[in-house]
Amino acid sequence: MSDKAYMVPNPPTPNKAVEFNPDICIGCNLCVDVCPTDVMMPNPEKKKQPIVVYPEECWYCGGCVEECPRPGAIKMLHPTQQRISMNWKRKDTGELFRLGMKNPPPPNTRPPSGG
Amino acid sequence: MSTWHEYVQRNGKVPEWPYPVNYGKVNEVIADVLIIGGGVAGLQAAINAARKGVKVAVAERGHAKRSGSGGAGVDHWHGAVTNPCSKVTPEMYTNACYDSMQGWTGGHVRYIITKEGWDTLLECEKMGIQIRDVKDEFKGAPFRDEATKLMFAYDYANKHIIRVWGWNIKPKLYEEAKRLGVNIYNRTMPTSLLTAGGKQGARVVGATAVNTHTGEFYIFRAKATIICTGGAGRLYVFAPEITASGTMADMNSSGVGQALGWNAGAEFVCMEMTGPGGLIGFGYAPYSTGNASNTYHGTPIVDADGKELPWVDVFGRELKKWEDRFYPQSGQQFQLGIGIGISRTNQEFRLNDIPPDVVERIRKGEFKLPLYADFTRFSEEERRCTFGMMVGNEGKTRIPIYDTMTKAGFDPDKDLFQAPVMPVEGYFNACYWAGGPNTPPTVRGLGGGGFLTDWDLRSNLEGLYAAAGGTIFGGGCHGESHTTGRYAGRHAADYAKTAPEPVADRNQIEAEKEHAYTATRQSKEGNGWKEINAAIARIMRDYCGRYKNELTLNLGLRLLNELKTTELAAAYASNPHELGRLLECQALISVGEMVIKASLERKASNSILDFHRLDYPQMDPPEWNKLLPIKQENNKVKVRELPLDFHLKAPYASSYQENYKKHSGQ
Repeated sequence: MSDKAYMVPNPPTPNKAVEFNPDICIGCNLCVDVCPTDVMMPNPEKKKQPIVVYPEECWYCGGCVEECPRPGAIKMLHPTQQRISMNWKRKDTGELFRLGMKNPPPPNTRPPSGG
Repeated sequence: MSTWHEYVQRNGKVPEWPYPVNYGKVNEVIADVLIIGGGVAGLQAAINAARKGVKVAVAERGHAKRSGSGGAGVDHWHGAVTNPCSKVTPEMYTNACYDSMQGWTGGHVRYIITKEGWDTLLECEKMGIQIRDVKDEFKGAPFRDEATKLMFAYDYANKHIIRVWGWNIKPKLYEEAKRLGVNIYNRTMPTSLLTAGGKQGARVVGATAVNTHTGEFYIFRAKATIICTGGAGRLYVFAPEITASGTMADMNSSGVGQALGWNAGAEFVCMEMTGPGGLIGFGYAPYSTGNASNTYHGTPIVDADGKELPWVDVFGRELKKWEDRFYPQSGQQFQLGIGIGISRTNQEFRLNDIPPDVVERIRKGEFKLPLYADFTRFSEEERRCTFGMMVGNEGKTRIPIYDTMTKAGFDPDKDLFQAPVMPVEGYFNACYWAGGPNTPPTVRGLGGGGFLTDWDLRSNLEGLYAAAGGTIFGGGCHGESHTTGRYAGRHAADYAKTAPEPVADRNQIEAEKEHAYTATRQSKEGNGWKEINAAIARIMRDYCGRYKNELTLNLGLRLLNELKTTELAAAYASNPHELGRLLECQALISVGEMVIKASLERKASNSILDFHRLDYPQMDPPEWNKLLPIKQENNKVKVRELPLDFHLKAPYASSYQENYKKHSGQ
């Protein structure tokens, strides 16, 4: 861990929009190609995951995730102010949940209608 | 690693632009039909023109596989009234729209939509889009027709709004367009329409554009051109850090098509019509909270103690069962549904709803916040259809809501989905995610004006057609964009078959080229596009807001021009992406000028247009009950008068049916 610091502008708000898993992403850039607003750019290093350059231009359609040939390589992340607004309560137990919580309940694996 | 910040700090250097940059390098494209905007309208136009055997090019701002407001999906389709189950006729539907708007919508466009919406949907089905319950998931449900397997939304009695599994509608249109040999030019930012002799008002013969990856210049020459772009979401507000995830219009929504048309001399109507900017993005991510509107129509809403909010019919009578929410009650003919651009005014054809007096009842303590959507009070089929079929296929729901929420553990069979907690006024409308009071009252959006088209969806300019819900006068939403695109595509192709070769004016091209690259030659200290855009939006909010007078409107015009000749003229683009965004700022200024000039011409207040002239405060004086088509001639505004029902007056026939028969080519 280096202590070197850089003069960089503040991170944009939101800063991510999408997140890559470098172990799964093969850097094919299909997500980059279809993004309507150029949120991502190809990594200068071939076969590496794209770089999120314009996260504040993302409108969160999820097209990049649909386009990805490697499930789990890319994840759409709602901005934090939206994640903390997506809340639910289990009717029987009264337990409270929110998107992005530390210990989430097990996933609901039912696919959408039509598959 | 995902972000630019991470990359820069890990590598100690800024990455170079990843695409080869060649500012000014000229590419020439020749086509019979040029389509500007490759959203659902543009691709339908392209597909239908190509089917007529002509050569088609599409200039698309993003990437046509997934771009545009319709590119994110669709779950219900309006206006398909000729489907075999519908009890609504094209005349009934068109009259309902026209009468609801008291004439302030293009009746001919609405009629075309109702005549061809179902046929358009059938063609989508052939392309691989699911429009029926083919897997019998909802067998026996009250919203399903057993013979056709079609499923209906909102009004289960009249069956004219069809539920569709449209999450992949854009990739399917894209495949079809490619299969038919349509040439699609992605990352293309159009800068002008080319006209014969470079003259404003002359025949349109193509367009110029800049590629926002490479910076290269494009000259499109075409016998016919169709504008299929979207709205101008960035005109009245620019705060993407807050609004981008909450909006239903993406960042490319900058009025480019309208600006191209305006500068070329095309005629527009009702551009002075604006409305409150409810869906502009200050609320919550679309469909991401408990609510009971649109896709979630009918969903039971309970308070913190589990007490359910009431529902009423259009006459204010309380509905006894949740099932009643999906049927017109006695005295109401049929329901139009929402999302077709006339929700503010369709009193007679409104949906059953949670009554607005819940605001007062929450204030007085009858219902305790927070509210929740309780799907468990629905039947299994209604629950699965709402959260599973509708959410899962609507725009911005498949990945952003269904996939995200279920992976996080949300289960509509067990969980209460919380509505946002906001000032009580926010519960006036059951579309809680739109966030009501979160949107500043100064923020407005264009309200339904657009290109004035004839029964062929042609503009006043020879060779120029227009389509798309948000772009033409009389448009609507998703399905309407498909259908108008399809119709305009056919007509433009027919015209192109007989039209002379397009000859572009060299001087016009050179001037455009010079102008387009100004921002690349400025001092690197120049402003960026975001600051300019924010200033444009400020001018529009301040000087062309809900209340206006002659003086403030003229001051607004002056400031837009100040901005154009000072800060925008000195703005700097570091790369082709920023250049594209700055060119959009040019377009926004053109659209802003058009809106202000249209506002100056209407010297009367108007309730349907939500148009308030402080210097002409009398509301709806009958002598101003007319359209004021506006265009530019030699860069001067030209206005004429047109009756609201011009589409049924000479030179047209007096009935919808006759005009359609004569013009549709069907």
